[in-house]
Amino acid sequence: MTPNYYIVLSALLFTIGAVGVLVRRNAIVLFMCVELMLNATNLALVTFARVHGNLSGQVMAFFVMVVAAAEVVVGLAIIVTIFRSRRSASVDEASLLKY
Amino acid sequence: MNIGTAVFAQETVLAPASGTFSLIWLLIALPALGAAVLLLGGRRTNAWGHLLGVLMPVASFVVAAFLFAAMLSQPAAERGAIQHLYDWQIVGAFKVPFSLQLDQLSMVFVLLITFVGSLIHIYAIGYMAHDPGRRKFFGYLNLFVAAMLLLVLADNYLLLYVGWEGVGLASFLLIGWYQYKDSAAVAAKKAFIINRVGDFGLSLAIMFMFATFGGVTFETVNSSIGSASEGTATWIGLLLLLAACGKSAQFPLQAWLFDAMEGPTPVSALIHAATMVTAGVYLIVRSNAIFDAAPTARLLVLIVGCISLIWGAIIGCAKDDLKKALAGSTMSQIGYMIVAAGLGPVGYVFAIFHLLTHGFFKAGLFLGAGSVMHANNDKINMRHLGALRAVMMITFVTFGICTLAIMGIPPFAGFFSKDDIIKAAFSQSPVAGVVTLIGAGITGFYMTRIFLMTFLGKARWEDDQHPHESPAVMWIPMVVLAIGATIGGVLMYPSHWLETWLEPAVPYQAYTQVLPEWLWIIITVGTALIGISWAVALYRREVPVTPPAGSLLTRAAREELYGNEINETLTMLPGQVLTRSSVFFDNRVVDGFVNAMAAVVGGVSGALRTVQNGFARSYALTMLGGAVALVALLVLVRL
Repeated sequence: MTPNYYIVLSALLFTIGAVGVLVRRNAIVLFMCVELMLNATNLALVTFARVHGNLSGQVMAFFVMVVAAAEVVVGLAIIVTIFRSRRSASVDEASLLKY
Repeated sequence: MNIGTAVFAQETVLAPASGTFSLIWLLIALPALGAAVLLLGGRRTNAWGHLLGVLMPVASFVVAAFLFAAMLSQPAAERGAIQHLYDWQIVGAFKVPFSLQLDQLSMVFVLLITFVGSLIHIYAIGYMAHDPGRRKFFGYLNLFVAAMLLLVLADNYLLLYVGWEGVGLASFLLIGWYQYKDSAAVAAKKAFIINRVGDFGLSLAIMFMFATFGGVTFETVNSSIGSASEGTATWIGLLLLLAACGKSAQFPLQAWLFDAMEGPTPVSALIHAATMVTAGVYLIVRSNAIFDAAPTARLLVLIVGCISLIWGAIIGCAKDDLKKALAGSTMSQIGYMIVAAGLGPVGYVFAIFHLLTHGFFKAGLFLGAGSVMHANNDKINMRHLGALRAVMMITFVTFGICTLAIMGIPPFAGFFSKDDIIKAAFSQSPVAGVVTLIGAGITGFYMTRIFLMTFLGKARWEDDQHPHESPAVMWIPMVVLAIGATIGGVLMYPSHWLETWLEPAVPYQAYTQVLPEWLWIIITVGTALIGISWAVALYRREVPVTPPAGSLLTRAAREELYGNEINETLTMLPGQVLTRSSVFFDNRVVDGFVNAMAAVVGGVSGALRTVQNGFARSYALTMLGGAVALVALLVLVRL
């Protein structure tokens, strides 16, 4: 089991998540893609921890998971509030902060 | 052309003032006090202001008479004194004392200024009787007399400059007396500005003198003139000539004199005929040592005098305004004096002689013109006068006597002085001699024209004119001046008194008489008679009330030989071009540059703000792009 396969998988997941953030219009799907990117980084961190025999990577992964959870809570709360007033979950329609 | 070589007269030894000579300062102090009281006292002095104004120059004349008697009692080499009042300017090596120098030359001027000045002050009591500002008028007149006396009594060029500026100020105030009239205010400004050009020359000359000689007193300059190179002396002489041109209304700075006739007639008589305009002649004669060392400058003095002589005479022939015609005559007669001064030691004395006789008859002519104006409801156009002889006999007689004097008819004063100038001119340069002779002929023409149009012929009066003779306070000074114009020449000429009197102060060299005396008399008087008879032929019969079209020269002379147009083109136009191009440059180029920079900033910011489009996904793309670039950079650096 070489760590290469895990790194490649992590990169693939990250890229798919990034493209998803850029392309999808629905706010919830956008958040799912962000979660995908975060999990990809978790995978990369754990892999390197295994490679170096050091547990720092796994500790950082824990931190990332906590942050991701907090972020999801706040983000979903905002989306629900916006949906209540606008009746739309499209990211493109919330574009008032422009020139 | 040979200009006379220098002949330095025996120098007068000027002792410090003592005895009677310690009263020299009173000559200036009395009119200055009068001016101060009248101008600062205000309306409280209105009732007796004119009397004080007359008293001061008369008192000055009395003091001058005492000083003259004291001078006569001294031997010729010791006539005069320098009264040192205080150390005026002390700046490092530059020391200028406030000293008054009374020598033979300044005594002659002091007598002229105080005597003729007193007469004109008396005349002004009557002339300005209806003017509510009469007290202020006398204040200004006294200021003028004080400044003029300071000018001729100064013992150094810087103090002379103070008097010079003072008379310029008085001239400005008095020309613009009728302030409410636009033409008078403009004329006053014009006189002051053109005088300023001359003042510029005088101040530069003083700077040159200090740089070359280390001091500006007459004594320092006269004794150290040998140490200056001819180039420096020429420059100083040319600058002094410029100053004289400005003050004496000679070509090319003559344009102000004709407009100066806007002032009341006593002003024209005192300032622009007898005294202020002669200050230029005084300056040149006083600086004879400088001109002796600079023959080129002296030649230019001669040329300027010749040109002004003819210029003024031509203008005087065509003007219908009585005072402006007399102003042309003044310019021409001062041209005679400048010609005489430009002849060198041969002519200095005759310049002063003509100055004195001119002071009498020209003041008499102007006072007569004032009398005519006073009687004719202030009308001055000669085409509306005529036949005043029967109504104003005294004015007619005095004006006639002064006219004969100015035309150079013996035995009146003008004949002797003008004759001497013509003879001296011929002895030095035939061209100058011919010019002065032609000028005498033209003088005969225009003066006869003035006399015929004003006093003889048919009455061309308008409805509001009821001519009458002037009151005694006005005709008595005119009579005194006419007497002076009659006997002045006879008194001074045959005994050659003036030459011997002035010799210690002003060099004198006898001219060679190229023709016998009787032939000269025939030539000069004959030329004047030719001019007179031509004018009689033209103006004896009908004088049209509307001016006829006239020849090209007549029309040019009515426009003062386009002097104003030349001045405008040469000086005003370049100035206007400069100011307008500066304004254009400031508005378009400087402001344009600043505005363009603002526009550039605005444009760039307008382009850049489109990045903020409000779409979260585009911001995400930007972040991704930036992150990728950063990682690539890190990878590249590591490698």
